[in-house]
Amino acid sequence: MRRNWLFILAAFIFTASAFAAKDKNSIQIKGSDTMVNLGQAWAEKYMQDNPGSFVAVTGGGSGTGFSSLISGTCDIAMSSRNIKEREIALAKQKGVNPNEIKVGLDGLAVVVSPRNPVSKLTIEQLAGIFTGRISNWEEVGGKDEKIVILSREVNSGTHVYFKEHVLRKNDPDSKEEFAAGALMLSSSQAIADEVANNTAAIGYYGMGYVCARQKAILVAKDKNSEYIAPLIENVRSGKYPISRPLFLYTNGQPQGLISKFADFTLSKEGQDVVLATDFVPVK
Amino acid sequence: MRKFKEFIIEKLILICGLASILFVALIFLFLLKEGLAVFKTVSPFKFLFGKSWYPISEPPQLGILPLILGSLLVTAGAAIISIPIGVGCAIYIAEIAPLKVKEVLKAGIELLAAIPSVVLGFIGMVTLVPLVKSIFHLPTGLTALSGSIMLAFMAMPTIVSIAEDALYSVPKNYKEGAFALGATHWQTIWRVMLPAASSGILAAVMLGIGRVIGETMAVMMITGNAAAMPQSILAPVRTLTATIAAEMGEAVVGSEHYFALFAIGVVLFIMSFAINVTADLFLHKRQ
Repeated sequence: MRRNWLFILAAFIFTASAFAAKDKNSIQIKGSDTMVNLGQAWAEKYMQDNPGSFVAVTGGGSGTGFSSLISGTCDIAMSSRNIKEREIALAKQKGVNPNEIKVGLDGLAVVVSPRNPVSKLTIEQLAGIFTGRISNWEEVGGKDEKIVILSREVNSGTHVYFKEHVLRKNDPDSKEEFAAGALMLSSSQAIADEVANNTAAIGYYGMGYVCARQKAILVAKDKNSEYIAPLIENVRSGKYPISRPLFLYTNGQPQGLISKFADFTLSKEGQDVVLATDFVPVK
Repeated sequence: MRKFKEFIIEKLILICGLASILFVALIFLFLLKEGLAVFKTVSPFKFLFGKSWYPISEPPQLGILPLILGSLLVTAGAAIISIPIGVGCAIYIAEIAPLKVKEVLKAGIELLAAIPSVVLGFIGMVTLVPLVKSIFHLPTGLTALSGSIMLAFMAMPTIVSIAEDALYSVPKNYKEGAFALGATHWQTIWRVMLPAASSGILAAVMLGIGRVIGETMAVMMITGNAAAMPQSILAPVRTLTATIAAEMGEAVVGSEHYFALFAIGVVLFIMSFAINVTADLFLHKRQ
């Protein structure tokens, strides 16, 4: 008898989950590693307010998000960079129509070990360091130590953004690249750990990841400008030179649950979550 | 009826046997089909001997020489470490160790083979990397040497168990003959046993190296992944396997980058195929 009950219960759960899948009560969100924490915080808040809907968030990098949106394995792609021409063309080919929603801003912090005496750099110096032209800390006022460059892998929106806006200084014709000797690490956390343990290392990532074990460098646009710290007020006012927009991409105008979720991210509550996860709200 | 049953079973087994070859052939064809497409945009010479790997630039630079050298450097380092230790261990187990010690050692080596590579990589990252950094006074411990040491651990079980097997299968009368002629134990091992088992030991070494060159997770975690031409074993390197694993998520299906990753797969496949064939040749020479 008891066995029967178990069986019925199991069958019930089965049908319930089958129905859930059919009703499309779930959204898959994928993409930027920078935005994973933000996405997860949104998902938790949203599911709390709307019981019965299910939002799953995974990372992998902005590029990964776009390729899943194009291949239809996610509903929303998170991205810390604009979609590329080539990705739009590929999406159109597959019948996907990327729709961009700007949901926040992020300051990119350049970090070194707290034991490193260098605490401010210009964009020009940063470009020099990350392309390998400046290879010793002495050249920028530090100790006589070879600079260890840490970068994210090429699947990271942060990597692409940093290359285009710092190394190439927004010049589309520039051919600057990361130094071939730059270490490519697979996550922001790996960079944070290496910087914390290595006085010669320099890395970059979203300012939400900075903690007491790393020191954020003050950055100036050029020699004559003010050196600015990567803080929320400086990013919002546009004073901090390395900041970028954060996007959600959907396939066409969002509908149903996807549209509700997108509206939620832009609502007062959603933007509070942005602030709480150390990013900068757009509204 | 019995004959019919026999017939069916025979054919089923035949299909199983052929299936594995079929799968390998299909995988290779797929690799070739996707990989060769990269040569529409870059010449084979430039692909294999180009010195810069910037796959997402416009236009992409797809030279995999630093990656090939990175893989070879890590593998060579691992071979230098694991071959003497592995073969020495096999000699000890096969020839010298008392029965009890032998059992314990064999179990231990099997245990070493059972450690997942990601766990080895993680252990290497927190213990070996800082150690290498401080011993050699390097700017960073994420180097080819760290990768080599960790991979040596992975090659060792293969080398030890196959080499031990080869030593064990040397006919007993060789050894008895050597002893009868008044040779010491060491002379017997060095002059008689090792030459007699040499083809099997070489096969063991080749299979161990084959395991190392295809390893991905551990090297990705501890070699630093810098796609520069490696200057020394104390510099960070990027291997072929780590490149595929790190970049496959980004590569848009049908882009040059995607095809280039498959072409790297072809290069890897050819490398490990060559190693396995060599090992096979040695093994057959023995029989």
